[in-house]
Amino acid sequence: MIDIRSVGKTFSSQAGATEALSDVTLSVAAGEFVSIIGPSGCGKSTLLRIIGDLAEPSAGEVSVRGKSPRQARLDREYGIVFQTPVLYDWRTAIENVRLPMELAGRPRAECLSRTATLLRLVGLDGFHAHYSWQLSGGMQQRVAIARALALAPSILLMDEPFGALDEMTRERLNAELLEVRRETAATVLFVTHSIAEAVFLSTRVVVMSPRPGRIARVLDVDLPQPRTEGTRALPRFFELVTAVREALRKSGA
Amino acid sequence: MIALVWEGGKTLFSIPSYKLPHLHEVFGDFLRRGAGGESWAWIMAQNAAYTALEGIVGFVVGGIAGLVLAIVFAHSRWLERGLLPYVIASQTVPILAIAPMVVVWLGTSWVSKAVIAAYLTFFPVTINVLRGLRAVDPDALALMRALAATPRQVFLRLRVPTALPYLFTALRVSATISVVGAIVGELPVGSRYGMGVVIINAAQYYNWRPANLWAAILVSALIGIAFYHAVAAVERRIVRWQPLAPAI
Repeated sequence: MIDIRSVGKTFSSQAGATEALSDVTLSVAAGEFVSIIGPSGCGKSTLLRIIGDLAEPSAGEVSVRGKSPRQARLDREYGIVFQTPVLYDWRTAIENVRLPMELAGRPRAECLSRTATLLRLVGLDGFHAHYSWQLSGGMQQRVAIARALALAPSILLMDEPFGALDEMTRERLNAELLEVRRETAATVLFVTHSIAEAVFLSTRVVVMSPRPGRIARVLDVDLPQPRTEGTRALPRFFELVTAVREALRKSGA
Repeated sequence: MIALVWEGGKTLFSIPSYKLPHLHEVFGDFLRRGAGGESWAWIMAQNAAYTALEGIVGFVVGGIAGLVLAIVFAHSRWLERGLLPYVIASQTVPILAIAPMVVVWLGTSWVSKAVIAAYLTFFPVTINVLRGLRAVDPDALALMRALAATPRQVFLRLRVPTALPYLFTALRVSATISVVGAIVGELPVGSRYGMGVVIINAAQYYNWRPANLWAAILVSALIGIAFYHAVAAVERRIVRWQPLAPAI
């Protein structure tokens, strides 16, 4: 599905060159939920942007379903969610969700039914006509998720989507995200700062170390599916959280 | 409130009427009969309408010109670097020096006045819209890119809506100065209608009838205020998504 081979990224500025990523190799199978966790400056967001063709690698290669990231982007394989919702202020919730379909030139009837379905899926049935300033942070991010799913992308790129939310909202949205995802079967790459979030959501957790960003460890998460609120109370959940924390500590984070 | 300060100040500092007439004298001026027998209110209204029309034409022409320039500059750094210095220079030249030349070139009809109004109007529009078109959030742009949007889609669906509040801020400024431009255009010798002519005449007879100039100033201000509120009303209809759109 996604093949990352010895990818490196160097940013050059007047202060000199900074190596953001070094020799990152990772393979993600279809339907996986892979979290990338690491301290600030470990290049995890950069890696996500390279996969999504929002940045160019300085070294190495990425292939997405056998295509270059650029081709995959032009084929609209990606849904993307940023740390901030990035809703367009001049559009209502439903108009924001519709944006990808408009850009792809989908017929109006299809847009109408699909956007309504998506808003129901993220629990915003009564908020179609609300502008972003009328929605809470959690609701805005739900709209952003619905928008990312609008074209039923095969890959969902999420860059700390819940990083700006409070703990309670974050946990609720974690559970909702898994539910939403069951309907779409998209492969998810999920960048996060939160260990518990990574373990709860993922089938695999990739631990990265900083300066330069490289993969320190990859852990399989063998928690039973479907994940529920009860999952957070399992002993195995705590073991895995501890394992990720250990891996982060050893990697010099 | 203003009336209180006006009349209070006049009494307190014993300002003579040739410096500051009584308010009732200013309003009374509208009821006076002119040389031809019509009331001054009617004469003033005709001249005000004339100036307002010049202002509107200048505002629309200048607004469109400013918009076109901003879009051109937003698409080409090269043209911006080449032409923007001249655009800025055009606004540093005193309009009072340019106005007589425009009148000489284009005649004393309303056209030259509208051109002068447009000359003042386009600048705020160009500067503000240019900034607005560039004020796009990088993540919003990244989103467009991830969604494989065409440059045209990025422009129409992201840059233009982002620039709209900037455009209206500029239009509010332009609305008032387009009236000033029209009036300044009427000042040179040869003009026959408009508030500029009324002001010149009133200034000449100021010692004899000071209230006349004050009345002319009042009417000129009212035109500008009306323009401003018209723009603000349109803005409220178009930029509906703003939570805290300015009340005035």
